[in-house]
Amino acid sequence: MNFIENISSFQNIIYIASSILFITGIKMLGKEDTAVKGNFLSAFAMFIAVSITLINVINPLLILIGIGIGAIIGSLIALKVKMTSIPEMVALFNGFGGLATFFIAWSEFNSLPANTFQYVLIMITTFIGGVTFSGSVIAYGKLSERLKVDKSSIITKIFTTIFYISLIYLIYSIVIAKIFTPSFDFYSILLILTLLGGIGFVIPIGGGDMPVVISLLNSFSGIAAAFAGLLLLNNVLIVAGSLVGASGLILTIIMAKAMNRSIGNILFVGYASSSSGPKSEETGEVKPINVSDAYLILENASSVLVIPGYGMAVAQAQHVVRELGELLEANGTEVKYGIHPVAGRMPGHMNVLLAEANVPYDVLVEPDDVNPSMDSVDVAVVIGANDVVNPSATEEPGSPIYGMPIIEAHNARTVFVLKRSMSSGFAGVQNPLFFKENTRMLFGDAKESIGGLVAEFKE
Amino acid sequence: MEEYVLLGFVLILSIYLGLELISKVPSTLHTPLMSGANAISGIALVGALMLGSDSQLQEILAFLAVTFASINVFGGYLVTNRMLKMFKKK
Repeated sequence: MNFIENISSFQNIIYIASSILFITGIKMLGKEDTAVKGNFLSAFAMFIAVSITLINVINPLLILIGIGIGAIIGSLIALKVKMTSIPEMVALFNGFGGLATFFIAWSEFNSLPANTFQYVLIMITTFIGGVTFSGSVIAYGKLSERLKVDKSSIITKIFTTIFYISLIYLIYSIVIAKIFTPSFDFYSILLILTLLGGIGFVIPIGGGDMPVVISLLNSFSGIAAAFAGLLLLNNVLIVAGSLVGASGLILTIIMAKAMNRSIGNILFVGYASSSSGPKSEETGEVKPINVSDAYLILENASSVLVIPGYGMAVAQAQHVVRELGELLEANGTEVKYGIHPVAGRMPGHMNVLLAEANVPYDVLVEPDDVNPSMDSVDVAVVIGANDVVNPSATEEPGSPIYGMPIIEAHNARTVFVLKRSMSSGFAGVQNPLFFKENTRMLFGDAKESIGGLVAEFKE
Repeated sequence: MEEYVLLGFVLILSIYLGLELISKVPSTLHTPLMSGANAISGIALVGALMLGSDSQLQEILAFLAVTFASINVFGGYLVTNRMLKMFKKK
């Protein structure tokens, strides 16, 4: 007995040390200079917490096999994945974390909890873990474009309804837990409803809102781990889980602010029903331009701002963009990249793509830094971005995206818009930028168009 | 019940600490932060290691929980590291 108590208090001391390392690690992860070290520190914290728990594990062989399999699969995915697939990869890993807590809660249910409070914790942990898992899998499907479901389709409506039912069932199960002990049958309904409900939680949310959903699911996986910590009376689970919950929440808020929408509106309403004002049908002529004319203008520009969007990711144009940037700089032009926080499909998506293409991060600027001096920019090159440069957000109070902070590309002397066709952006809102006097449309695949410009420069 | 109150206190303090620590993150680091935090949520692995194995079902659940949490941990840290290595200053 004495021996076991000693081990247990020793473990707790290590857990505290590990918690401190996690806290320091995540703090360092938030600054450019220390981020790599911060990640190592947090990995080390994980290592000691796991190692000390392994000491008195009940079934060591089975556990080590599980860790081994997980290590191999996880490492293979992490090292093989293309940088353009990062959003769906993060979603998938996140889902696996949620699934683990889902199983933890399930197993705890089977070891017959001692009191009502534990039952309640099990119900909540099951729900958050399960929704995180199936929600993340749907997010994975949407991001990798394997899953295409229309927002107004009957399937979407069925699953959305199941989500609300699962939520009601969860509340019901918490309320009645005081009165009678939930049976396994009662609990298995929760298990199933939760998994289906998670699908319904994410399925109606459109691609452009994905940065918010991924951040929120990220937050959920942390909160699920923290609740599992309460359940197992383990402090390192609580601390680490809470940190993740908090960081996910912050990212969610940053993303929602960058769209000027509330989190509730993004999750439960979507763009379609949020537009009440009259839609102004923009008419006018667009002015197309070809590659060689665009080259002549760029060659004489002294400052260029590149504004990438999801289209750049789709076209995989980041490498040619970097090449063009370097040629422009060699030509004496100042080149900056204007990055909108919600450009792309996850927080910081454009930053990762440009970093992959070796664009140094100090030439990337945020909307607030670049907007005041936009009128001194000779050419703004918009690559596959739409809603984040839509002037309606500042000019038309009736527009669904009115009030959203944008990169004010229309204030630059000349705007090039690289686009496949005249289709509207994710928000379904017409973009008056395309019809502005100073805008030139460069139609076609972004990679080919930029490649053409690069070729002109090299001649 | 007392220990729940104490651990609930730890929970609230940690969330508050997290919010304070991460509130100002440059947008360059949004993805690595998300992915790094995601790896930390693999701490569920510690919870999975503590599970009982009184029945075959529990053994299976523990095994699955350990496996999936491990994918999360290893994959999460490695992909974050890979990403961070790409970020360069001029």
